[in-house]
Amino acid sequence: MTASADSAQAAPQATGWAEWLDRHCGPVMVLPAVIVILCFALFPLIISAYLALSRFALAQGGFTLRFVGLANFRKLITGSQQYHLLGTFGSLSVFQWLLLALVAGLLVHGFWRHFTRGRPTILGVVGRLITASMVMGLATLAIATSATGGVPGTVVNTLLYVVVGVAVQFALGLSLALLCGQPIRGRNFFRVLFFIPLMVTPVGIAYTFRMLADMQKGPFAPITQFLGITEWSWATEAWSARLMVLVGDTWQWTPFMFIVLLAAIENQPRDQVEAARLDGANGLQVFRDITWPAIAPVAATIVLIRLIEAFKIIDLPNVLTGGGPGLATESLTLHSFIAWRTQDLGGSAAVGYTLLFISTVICVSFFNFVVRPARGSET
Amino acid sequence: MSSAPERSLLRRLIEPPAIDEQSPVGRVVTYAMLFVWSLVVLVPLYWVLITSFKGPGEVDNGPFYIPFVDFQPSLAAWDFMLLRNNTLGPYLNSVVVALASTVLAVTIGALAAYSLVRIRFEVKLAAVALFILLLVALIIAVTSFGVGWLVALTVALALFVIGLFTLRGRMKAAVGNNDIEFWIISNRIMPPIVAVLPIYVMFQQLRLLDTQAALIATYTAVNLPIVVWLTRDFFAAIPIDLEESAEIDGASKLRVFLTIALPLVRSGLVATFLLVLILAWNEYLLALFLSNAKAQTMPVLVSAQNTTRGPQWWNMSVLIVVMIAPVIVIASVLQKHIARGLLVGAVKG
Repeated sequence: MTASADSAQAAPQATGWAEWLDRHCGPVMVLPAVIVILCFALFPLIISAYLALSRFALAQGGFTLRFVGLANFRKLITGSQQYHLLGTFGSLSVFQWLLLALVAGLLVHGFWRHFTRGRPTILGVVGRLITASMVMGLATLAIATSATGGVPGTVVNTLLYVVVGVAVQFALGLSLALLCGQPIRGRNFFRVLFFIPLMVTPVGIAYTFRMLADMQKGPFAPITQFLGITEWSWATEAWSARLMVLVGDTWQWTPFMFIVLLAAIENQPRDQVEAARLDGANGLQVFRDITWPAIAPVAATIVLIRLIEAFKIIDLPNVLTGGGPGLATESLTLHSFIAWRTQDLGGSAAVGYTLLFISTVICVSFFNFVVRPARGSET
Repeated sequence: MSSAPERSLLRRLIEPPAIDEQSPVGRVVTYAMLFVWSLVVLVPLYWVLITSFKGPGEVDNGPFYIPFVDFQPSLAAWDFMLLRNNTLGPYLNSVVVALASTVLAVTIGALAAYSLVRIRFEVKLAAVALFILLLVALIIAVTSFGVGWLVALTVALALFVIGLFTLRGRMKAAVGNNDIEFWIISNRIMPPIVAVLPIYVMFQQLRLLDTQAALIATYTAVNLPIVVWLTRDFFAAIPIDLEESAEIDGASKLRVFLTIALPLVRSGLVATFLLVLILAWNEYLLALFLSNAKAQTMPVLVSAQNTTRGPQWWNMSVLIVVMIAPVIVIASVLQKHIARGLLVGAVKG
C-alpha cells in the first residue's frame, strides 16, 4: 500500500528506485506470502466464524445471512443434529465406567506430577486444564457412544481414524524401518518401493481398495468363497466399513512413517551401537538404550505432522463408503461437506469450526506434552 | 567370532557371525517380512493395472489374475476413456493447475523463507492489532449493513495507512521473525474445510468459480506453509560468510538470494517442488468445492465415476492408472530427498 506510493516517488531516478528496493527488500520478499495467507487463510477463517454464527438462505438474486448467535452450535451439540456430530449415547456397563475412571485417574496423575516435580506456573496449569478437559471429554464421548445402544457420531469417527490410524501406521512404519535399517542387501530398492503408496492419489486408493475388497469379483474372492461369506458385504456393517477406511489410510500413510524413521535410524550413532554389540547387548537392549533415544525427537515430530493431516481426512471415507453405512464412516470434514451440499452453510461452518477447535487443542497439547519433552531429552 | 566351527548348528543359525551381519535365521525372517510388505504395496497397484486391460466380461466372471494366461487383455477401456471419453480435459486441467500453483508456491515461499532466515523483521504489534480490528469491522460492515465491499475495502485501507502513520514510533511491542514464521507454518494445522466456504463465496463474487485460476490461487495458498517450512531449513544451513562477503561487495539482498543462496539449495528446492507438485496433483477437497465442469481435475473426475455410471471397474482403472503413473515416477526420484528434507524439518521443527 505504502510501497506503491513510495515507488511512484522514487521512480524518476533509477538509483533511487534501486536504493529503495535495496533497503526494503525484506518486506517486499515476505509480502507476497503474507498476502496470500491473509487472503486464503485469515480472511476466510474470520468469515467462516461469522458464517458459523448465522443462518444462510437463498433469496431472490442471491442469498441472505441472518445472525443467529450460537444456534448452529446448539443444534449440533444438544439439538436435532446431536446424533450426527456427537452420536447417540448408550448405557455404560461397569467395564466402561472403569475405563472412564482409568482415564480420569491418568489425568489426575499427570497433574499430580506437574505439581510435585515441576515448577507449576499459571500458564502451565491452564494449559494442562484445557488439555485434560479435552481428553476427558473426547474419551467420555468415545466410550459412551460405543457402549451398548450407542452410535458413534462424526467426532468419534474422526477420532478413531486419528488415534487408531496414526498408532497403527507408526507401529508398522517403525517395524519396517527397523527391518530395513539392518545390514541387508537391496535397502534402496525397498526404500523406493515402500515409499510409493504415500504419493498415490487418495481417491485412486479408495477405488482400488473397493475393487480389492469385492467379495465376488476381487482377487480375494476364492478365499471368501472358501469361507462361504460371498453374500456378506463389508460395506453394510459399521465396524467392517470403518476397518476398510483404516486399511486404505494405513496403506497410504505407513510409508511416511517408514521413510523418515529409516533416515533417522541411519543417522543414529553407529559407534555406540557397535560398542553395545561388542559388550553383548541384544537387539532389544540396543533399541531401547541407543536407537530409541536417538530417534525419539523425530518420531514425536512426524506423529505430530501425521496427527495434523489425519484430522482432515475426507477422500477415503467419501469415495470408499460414502460415509456409510448410515454415518458409520463419516469424518468431520465429510460431515461439513454434506451440510454444505444441503445448503446448510451455517451448520457446515459450525462443524468446520468444531474440527478446527478439536484438532488445534489436540495438536498443540501433543506438541507441548510429547514433542517438546522428546526433543528436550536429547539435548 | 572365529571359533564358528565348534558351535552347534542351532547356535550358528541364530547367532550373528559378525557384528555388522545378521544371523541366518534373522536374515530369512527379515527378508520374509520385507517381502510380505512388498506384496501389500504391489498387489493393489498390480490389480488396478491389469483391471484396466479387462472388459466387462473378464471383471464380472470372477477374478482373473494373469494377463495372457487366464484372460486375454484388451485395450478397449483405454481406447474408450482416452479417445472417446472426455478424460483429456480434466487431465490437462490437473497438469496446468498443479504445475502453475507449484511454481507460484515455491517462488513465493522460498522468497519468504529466505528473508525470514536472513533479515530481521519487527512488525509493530499495534499495527497487527489495528489490521485485524479493521478487517473484522470491514466484514461486519459488508455482511450486516450491506456496504459495498469495494467502498468498504477502500475506507479500511485508508484508515489502516492513517493509523500506521499515527502509530509510527509510539509502540514498542513487536512481532519478530519466529512469530511470522510460526504464523505462516501454523496455517497448515487449519483444516481446509473451515476456509473453503468463504473462498467459494469469494470466487463466486469475482466470477472465477470453476476456473483454473481459482484452483491455482487456492492451491498456492494451501501449499505455501509447507514450502516455507521445508525451505527455511535449507537456507538456514548455508554458511552465512558467503553471503556476507557478497554483500560487502555491494550486492543487494535480492541479488544475493538469486545468485548465491538459490543455486546452493537447488536440490532441496527441487525436492520441495516435486513434493508440492504431488500434493497439488492429488488434492481433492478444494477441487470438489471450486471446480465443476470446466476446471474439473482428475481426482474429482475419478470420484465422479461412481455416481454417473456405477462401478465400471475397467474404465475406472484406466483413469486411476493415468492419474497415478506420473506420481509413481516422481516418487521414485523423490524419496531420497524427501527423507532428508523432512528429517531436517522434523528435528528443528
